[in-house]
Parts: sequence; structure tokens; C-alpha cells
Amino acid sequence: MSKVLEKKQLSRDVFMMRLHAPNIARERRAGQFVIVQADNDFSERIPLTIADADEAEGSITIIFQVVGRSTLKLAQKNKGDDVENVLGPLGRPTHVEKFGTVVCVGGGIGVAPLHPIAQAMKKAGNKVIVIMGARNKSLLILEDEMKEIADELIICTDDGSYGRKDLVTAPLKELCEKGGIDIAVVIGPPIMMKFCAETTSPYGVKTLASLNTIMVDGTGMCGGCRVTVGGQTKFVCVDGPEFDAHQVDFDNMMLRLRSYKPQEQDANHKCHLLEEVEKLQEQSK
Amino acid sequence: MSYIPAEKLKEQAEELLKEINFAELKPKDRLKLPMQEMPSQAPDVRRHNISEVALGYFDAQVKIETERCLQCKNAPCIKGCPVAIDIPGFIRAAAEGDYQKSVGIIKRTSMLPAICGRVCPQETQCMAECTVGKALKDVDKAVAIGRLERYVADWEREHGTMSIPEIAPATGKKVAIIGSGPAGLTAAADVRKAGHEVVLFEAFHRLGGVMIYGIPEFRLPKVILDKEIDNLLSMGVKIEKNFLVGRTRKLSDLLDKDGFDAAFVGTGAGLPKFMNIDGENLVGVSSANEFLTRANLMKAYTPDKADTPIYTGKRTAVVGGGNVAMDAARMALRVGAEEVFVIYRRTETEMPARREEIEHAKEEGITFMFLTSPKQIIGDKDGKVQGIECLRYELGEPDESGRRRPVEIKGSEFTLEMDSVIMALGNSSNPLISHTTPEIDVNRWGNILADADQKTSMDRVYAGGDIVLGAATVILAMGEGRKAAESINALLAEK
Repeated sequence: MSKVLEKKQLSRDVFMMRLHAPNIARERRAGQFVIVQADNDFSERIPLTIADADEAEGSITIIFQVVGRSTLKLAQKNKGDDVENVLGPLGRPTHVEKFGTVVCVGGGIGVAPLHPIAQAMKKAGNKVIVIMGARNKSLLILEDEMKEIADELIICTDDGSYGRKDLVTAPLKELCEKGGIDIAVVIGPPIMMKFCAETTSPYGVKTLASLNTIMVDGTGMCGGCRVTVGGQTKFVCVDGPEFDAHQVDFDNMMLRLRSYKPQEQDANHKCHLLEEVEKLQEQSK
Repeated sequence: MSYIPAEKLKEQAEELLKEINFAELKPKDRLKLPMQEMPSQAPDVRRHNISEVALGYFDAQVKIETERCLQCKNAPCIKGCPVAIDIPGFIRAAAEGDYQKSVGIIKRTSMLPAICGRVCPQETQCMAECTVGKALKDVDKAVAIGRLERYVADWEREHGTMSIPEIAPATGKKVAIIGSGPAGLTAAADVRKAGHEVVLFEAFHRLGGVMIYGIPEFRLPKVILDKEIDNLLSMGVKIEKNFLVGRTRKLSDLLDKDGFDAAFVGTGAGLPKFMNIDGENLVGVSSANEFLTRANLMKAYTPDKADTPIYTGKRTAVVGGGNVAMDAARMALRVGAEEVFVIYRRTETEMPARREEIEHAKEEGITFMFLTSPKQIIGDKDGKVQGIECLRYELGEPDESGRRRPVEIKGSEFTLEMDSVIMALGNSSNPLISHTTPEIDVNRWGNILADADQKTSMDRVYAGGDIVLGAATVILAMGEGRKAAESINALLAEK
């Protein structure tokens, strides 16, 4: 069991939680994730990225978006409550070394897992350029945290309510054209990662994508997370979560992510997801 | 074999009981006693519920079945048992009506009799050696050892006193057991009995390994599993759930920094195998591991309570011929599929699944397509499964396994409409150990190399069960757990 040490609502349906998990805080490296189950027995096991950790305090920080019944259950936990099961750190850590110049691209909630990677890249002596994107200003997360790390920070919003009115691929393309980028790390919605990969590919810029697929156990047993990488079936939980973005079949990944859409929609309907999220919003005011 | 209602079996046994004079039974009379069939839920009822299919013997059946045992002096059955249970001994005690004594005899060598009585493949183990079966030239007519084991174990749980084995005085030594499946649970009990402190590490939120996530409720009710595990825990074994050794803590750190004197790795089977055919990553294709884990561990068979969804559709194809394929096919029926097809490339004779499971599946209305194998899975415009294209096969020359090799018949393609496909093709090893613990040598399939004492290439580390054997059975895993525990106890006695 892990106690909730802090809960904060970052945007309409995005929550940050600090959880007491000393073993995970000690062992986790950038790029790894946890599996969280809000309550025993009937709750779902969901993979969530670790946004930060404090080894001294024995805590990890998770950031998640309410998209269904299970994430709602988690969001309804408050400071002092217990989250029944937290397993991790899972997946292979990001390979961090001094590459030279690293571009980190994060879209939406993908900025959360990008944060520890940018941190580790900076610590390893790299020049770190961060591109962050969101639909609008209110959906941007971790701007201050990224500002601290980044040598250069570029913010894009779809509607132009903050930063550049652009998709993240626009500044990414400019940087590629300018040259001097040694590696790119892209994390966000699969469609964004797909287009980032297509952007960097002609310039031969090595690009890593961190994938967040459907999982049950997260330890290499169920195969639900499988993706096609370079024509081969790979398991995100044990072979990933990071893969060469130029080799990932994003179309198939997007398809598989929609596997349980009908059931999820049904569940959302049953638990009046949006109303519940609004209630949480009221509480936090 | 056709379905006989439970009440009818009870009646028949009670009638027969009145006619037998047990005091005067000679071996040839015993051979004439009919083998007692397992009472079960009616097929048309059980295919829609999750309750246990087999109901267990009636008292009269126990009496008759125990009297079929010839009490052979050389007890060939014991040699067929991976944990060498004193089979004639427990059957004798049961025949005398002393069920407590009977289960006590089993528990001297097996910690989990209610489970083994249900899921062991007795027909290839103890029953294959049974003199009665040999005399009658039919292994299915051997003494029903597993059914009797199950009866006395269930009797103890419901009526008797669950006894806790004696624990030797504390030694001050500490042992890590990694994985709480049958191998780990057995090793934990045996190491604990020697007085060592035992910490059992489990990655999941529930204990039991394959017995909790893989074997369905209708074959092994989880209350029975939990009760047998509780019994183990009452011996003072400590539990660390949500702990993935290798990631949450390195195995070498447990040994070098956390004060563990030895470790046993029983992490079980790993990554599910796929066929590498087109369409395998379409929506609606899952591994049997995923399908069964969703259904069992995550309880997706109770959709009104469970948050975890499961994909069924109306027509489901299960590819494979082992016990896991049977479990997946029968579970698919129970979670909503209307028609289920088992697709297997050899014939029924070569199927590795237990006879009993195949019969049960047939009774429940599952269609078997033998000498058939998928060529590709076909998707609709949304990337969802809509059919499976198969090829017909014929049996050719025997291969290295001794089974006749299936050879495809050119041009025999045909398509079946389907909305989901479950791949039950077995598992390859989990790469987690080789990623995180390079000190342990593995073979080219990634299975841990262990010697006859279950020792691995890493100092003070032992391994057993599916991570060593590849996919095997609960009882073989228990046998390896027991052997490893002996080695660990010997190592720690020296130190």
C-alpha cells in the first residue's frame, strides 16, 4: 500500500500525486514507469509514468489524466488515503549519456514522463532543448520545472493562447534544419510521436519514443502491450518503453490502443465521468 | 464418455455399496469395482457460470474408489508422483474413514493437496503407473488418485483442523523466495520448516502465480487457493507483494546489502508466443495469458463489478491444443462468446491437453477443428478481427518429439468468420532476469540453467518451476521447489 502524500489538480482532468513508495523512489531511473491499482480486487491495473522521485523522502510523483473509471478512482483519492497497489519501477531505463545536444519533445501529459529524462540528460552534461505542446494554455503542465532544466524552452499551443501557435513538429523541423541535434526524445499522444518521427527521419536525427500502451501485468506476461517495431513484435513492458521512433508502427499502436474503447465508453457513461471530474474540481477550489 | 448427472452417480454408488462385502474383497473383486466418475455440473448449466465444474465425490463413491486400490507392496504409483506422496497410505486411511489421517499423510510431502487433487495430470503420473489401470489395460480405469486426494483435502478444509507443520527453532538465517506460484510456495514452506526466516516476493497484488492468474475459477476456485496459502502464511512466512525482484530491487542487492543468505527464483513462464502471421496485432487478438489474466486475476467475468474489460465477441477462435487452450476456450464461453472454436494443427490424439479437459470442453459445446492451422487473421476497415484464414494439414513422418509432423495441404485455404482470436501457443522465457541479473546463466531460450540440486550459476541462488523447465505443470514446479528448498537448507546448515 502507498499513502497519498499530496494531490494537486494540474488542469481540468489532469492530476499530480506524490505517493509514499520508498523502494521505487530508490531504484527508479529516467524512463521507467509504475503499475497502479487504486483498490484491491476489482480495480484495473494501469501503467503510469514516474514524473519525479525524492529518494530522501521515499516518494514518487505520478501525473495522470482521468480517461476512465480506473483513473477516476485514483483521482478521487485524497492526501492520507492509501493507493492499494503500486508496482515498479518497470521497463528499461532511458539510455543516458553525453550525446551533445538533446531535443526533448513533450505533448500534453507526455511532458510528465519527459521531465525525468530531460533532467537526466541535463545532468549528464547535455545541452537540452525542450519543446512543449498542448491544446491550450490551461492544459500545459510542468512549465516551471522544465524551465529550470532547459537551456532553451519552446512552448506551442494549438490555439495560440500561449507561446507559439503551432504544432510541436514546427519548431522541431526548424531545429533539424539548423542542424547540430544529436538525439531527440519524443513523448506524447501516438499521433504526435508519429509525426515527430516523420519530421526527424529525413534529417537522420536519432529519435526515441516512449510508448504507453495497454498493459495488464507490466512484467512480461500478458502480451497486451505488444507493438510492431522494425517489423518485429516487441513488448513495451519489458523490451521498452522506449524504442527507435523511426521503426515503430504507430498506426497499429493507435489501433490497438482503441481495443477497449466501446467498453470504456460504456464505463464512462455508467460512472458519469465528466460530472465526477467536475465535482473533484469543486472540491479543490 | 457422456455426461451422467451427479445424482445418478450418487444413486449408483449407494446401490453398489449395499451389495459389497468389504471384508471378503479379493484383488480380482476389487478390479471389478467400477471406476467412480467425477460428479459435475450439467454442461448446459455450467457453460454460463463460473462455479467449479467438478463437484467432488459423494461419500459412497469415496468408499468404492478407495477399495479399488490393491495396496501394492511395491507401490508403483509413488514413483509416478513428482513429490512422492505415500499414495497407498493415504488411500488406506481414507478407506478406513479416517480422513484427517489420510490428508496428514499427503501433507507430509505435498503442501497443496486440494490444488493438486484438482489440477495435476494424474493420468500421466501416478495413475499411469497404477496396477489397476495396467490390469484393466486403460489408464482411465486406474484408481482415481487425484479425486481421492481432492476429497480428503476438501474434507479437512470443511470439517477438520488445518494443521500447521512444525517449525524448527529460529536459525537467524534469511531466505528470499521470488515468485509465489507453486514452486515458490513449496520452497517457502520447506525452507521455513527448517527454522529460517522466509520472505516471499510477488510482483502481482495477489499470491498464487499461475494458479491465480491462469487457471480459471471453474477449475480451481480461488477460495480454495487462498485457504491453502493462508495455511502456509500461518507458518510465519513474510510477504512482499508488488515487488518485482530485478526492478524493485536487484537480486544481488538482496543478497549483498539486505542480508539474505540465499534465494530461490521461481518466477514462472514468461512472454506469450505468437505465430508471426499477418493480422496478429489486430484488435481482438490476444494471448491466452492476457485473456485469462483479465478474466481470472482481474475478475472480468463479473463485468458489473470489475473495471478491467475483456474482449470476446460472438465467435471466438482459440489456437492451440494444450490445457491453457482448453481453459481459454471454456472461459470465452463463460464471458459471453456464443460459439468457440479450438484450432489445432494435429489430431486429437496428439493434443497435449488433459483428456478430462478436452471432454469437458466438448460437453460444453466447443467445436474442435483438428489438422487445421491459421494462415492469417483478417481485419475489417477499423482494424478489428473479422475472420481467420486457415490451412488444412495432414500428418506426416514423426518429428524429434515422436509426434507425427503436421504437413500443410497446398491450396486448402478456407476462411472462418470470427470476432476474436486467442493465441494459446505457450510461452517463451521472460527476459527480465537476463536483463537485470546477468550473473545467472540462461539457455538459448532464456530459461535459467539449474543443476540437479536446482543451483544456478549465481552464488547462493537456486531456481525451479517454469522459469527452468519451460511450460510445465503445477506439480513439477512443486517438485523443483521442494528440491531447491532441500539444497538451500543443506547450504545454510553448513554455514
